[in-house]
Amino acid sequence: MKRTMIQIGPIFAALRRHKMATLLIVLQIALTLAVVSNALFVVKTRVVHLSRPSGTDEAHLFAINNQWIGEPDLPHIDAQIRADVATLRQLPGVRDAFASQAYPLESGGGGLVFIKHRVEQTTKAQLALSYFADEHALSTFGTTLVAGRNFRADEIGSLGPYDKPAPAAIIITRHLADKLFPDGAAVVGQHVYLDDAHASTIIGVVDCLEGSYAGSSTRSIDEDTVLLPARYTSPDESMVYLVRVQPGQMDALLRTAPAALMAQNRMRLISPEDGVVTLTQARAKGYATDRGVAIMMAAVCVLLLLATAGGIVGLSSFWVGQRRRSIGVRRALGATRGDILRYFQTENALIVGIGVVLGVALGIAGNLSLMTRYELPRMPLWVLGVGALLLWALGQLAVLGPARRAAAVPPVEATRSV
Amino acid sequence: MPCGHGVLRYYGSLAWRSVHRSKALTALIVLLMGCGVATCMVTFAVFRAASADPIPWKSGQLFAPQIDNYGPLHNWDGKPPTMLSYTDAVALLHAKQARRQTLVYGSRWTVMPGGAQRQPLSQEGDAVSHDFFAMFDAPFRYGGGWSASDDDQRAAVVVISSALNQKLFGGANSVGREIILDAHTYRITGVLDDWNPQPRFFDVASVWFPFSHPRQLYVPFSRAIDMRKGASGNFFCSADAPPPDLSSWQNILHGECDWINAWVELPTHADVAHYRDWLHNYAAEQQRLGRFNWPPSVGLPDVMQWLTLPGNVVVPKASALSMIVSISFLLICLVNVVGLMLARFMRRAPEIGVRRALGASRGAIYGQFLIEAAVVGLAGGVLGLLLTAVGMAGIGHVFEPEIARLATLDASLLSLTVLVAVATTLIAALYPTWRAAQVQPAWQLKSNG
Repeated sequence: MKRTMIQIGPIFAALRRHKMATLLIVLQIALTLAVVSNALFVVKTRVVHLSRPSGTDEAHLFAINNQWIGEPDLPHIDAQIRADVATLRQLPGVRDAFASQAYPLESGGGGLVFIKHRVEQTTKAQLALSYFADEHALSTFGTTLVAGRNFRADEIGSLGPYDKPAPAAIIITRHLADKLFPDGAAVVGQHVYLDDAHASTIIGVVDCLEGSYAGSSTRSIDEDTVLLPARYTSPDESMVYLVRVQPGQMDALLRTAPAALMAQNRMRLISPEDGVVTLTQARAKGYATDRGVAIMMAAVCVLLLLATAGGIVGLSSFWVGQRRRSIGVRRALGATRGDILRYFQTENALIVGIGVVLGVALGIAGNLSLMTRYELPRMPLWVLGVGALLLWALGQLAVLGPARRAAAVPPVEATRSV
Repeated sequence: MPCGHGVLRYYGSLAWRSVHRSKALTALIVLLMGCGVATCMVTFAVFRAASADPIPWKSGQLFAPQIDNYGPLHNWDGKPPTMLSYTDAVALLHAKQARRQTLVYGSRWTVMPGGAQRQPLSQEGDAVSHDFFAMFDAPFRYGGGWSASDDDQRAAVVVISSALNQKLFGGANSVGREIILDAHTYRITGVLDDWNPQPRFFDVASVWFPFSHPRQLYVPFSRAIDMRKGASGNFFCSADAPPPDLSSWQNILHGECDWINAWVELPTHADVAHYRDWLHNYAAEQQRLGRFNWPPSVGLPDVMQWLTLPGNVVVPKASALSMIVSISFLLICLVNVVGLMLARFMRRAPEIGVRRALGASRGAIYGQFLIEAAVVGLAGGVLGLLLTAVGMAGIGHVFEPEIARLATLDASLLSLTVLVAVATTLIAALYPTWRAAQVQPAWQLKSNG
């Protein structure tokens, strides 16, 4: 340790003779740290984001997009939906099924509801996303009730295209319950208003269920979901059948389920291209941007670190070449190979250290500007710490080769010129 | 003393010899420049595709009027919404204050093909008025758009895309033939050529999907309203308040919900000024009538301004972010190259000293080293081209496929790649070259002794 400390004086003296080259490495380290730490942080947030659970049994769920044709009237649609759901539930391999207007991970679809505590409430209503549901919805999603009860078959109403949903009973997610009742009161049995005329009673709370918009873009209400007991009957809007299958039955049912619906009634349209979607496919599509950004950032990080390592090797080699004579003199005056090795390693650690200090400042500045522009959260300091450690280790590794070559310079070099 | 072309050739051969002498350093510089430039070019290609002007010859003459019917308490950060209510949209259309005007909203239609055994198709289209096709220079393969009187008579006419024409009629001229949309018969007045502006700016506020979901049919706006055809896309009633009573089609039409876009064509500055005044007066009139209880708040962005409004920004955030990252990457490569060039040139201080002593001027040293840098930069550019081509093949994994598809490696991108590589290498070489030119001839000769 002491031998290392003694070297610091001469190192500074030597660096003063190579101001520009030193500055370049410092700058390089600082910029690399700033970019790598921010990029790594983006990778981390994206990976955390794209692993958000939808709260459903995704591996065994698929959705069928159904569009009515020939403008059937509403009672016909209602009867057809009942018949369709019964058909789907009877198919071998189907665990459960129900009808809705959207499905999780769809990146669109669902309806927005505004929830008030009182009709005359003047503060902003709580926003939430809705799924139309029936008594089979919970077992189809595979989500669990944490309080209260499921819908009963007699609570499921029929809802036309101009009707405003205001059912007597609703089920909400725990996330939404915490927002509506932050004081921790019992949620089940509470009344809320989805429109100004009718109160809805919260009959149940489910653990977790994402709304249909969740995907790469984040909304603060992604986990605030309301289940409305209704069959949605609209002649010109498409609707969705959600089907949960037994393990191993997915492939067969992706073909047989739409075929069974067509056999039931041909006056419908199930697009051959994107009419049937598994939730696994929906997740891949919905989070494609997140995955892309993470891959891109990770690739740039690797390239950057390689580039910086290359730069350090190049410049250190040059320095070693330039100082062969002085190294020879030091060796001739009694310095060991280890001394020379340590000299270059200490020099590198010092330069990287200065770069890291500058880089931390640049990294924080970069994060702040990304925060305002790209809705990125604040970067915790440990990310910069990891980046600094990474760069420091990289610097030591990169300088090892040139430093060993320097240590190999024989003392006789002192007698040669240039 | 070499002169003219000889100088270039001489410096070129010197550069070549020095490349041979310090292979590792040169290879490192070429590799860095190649990687830095290629990363920038790939992300730039995507950015360029996403931020392109969809109708460059006319984008300065096409405007989307905005009228704030939400009021300052409920609008979007004090700005008028990007869409119009039915009331305002129809008022704009009938006022005819522009050379041309059209309304647009997205809708979805079920097309029944002839032959009972064939499956019906669900097709996306826009409800527009007759000026639409002339305003946006939509090219027709057969026939044309419908007339103003078709709009007035709310006629059952339709313009279809070439893709739908191919599906239904095998690509034959189908003008005058009939198709069944949502159980009603429509007469085809025209078949469009392959036409899909990227981004599709005219219905981006209504249906989003600026790079996908191409429109397959266009139906008269008045007819779609008669058929009670709801918007398949956005339908906003305010930025934050619960929706009003929408329990009938009449309520939807005459409420203050926004779901229609208007476009006007204003060829001259005077037209724009006139239209702006008219729009302002219209909003003032609505205030006088008591419909708005706030002073006029209107907007008249052109196409490129339109694509910067909140909700209309079609350049994906991932694309802008990756541009920033790749430019930072190139910058870091540049800093790196400055250091390596310095090492490369200073290693040759003795050679410079000799050349100076033999009479080479500072200018000659500048010439020699800058040409050497250009040669290295050119090599970096060529490597950059190869890496760009590799990168372009892989962008589908990083960006949305419909945008990645638009990014192409064309002649301008090729030349830009080489240009950027050479230019940045030359910039990187400026300081090292200056240092090289400072080498004193006498000192070197002395020390060589």
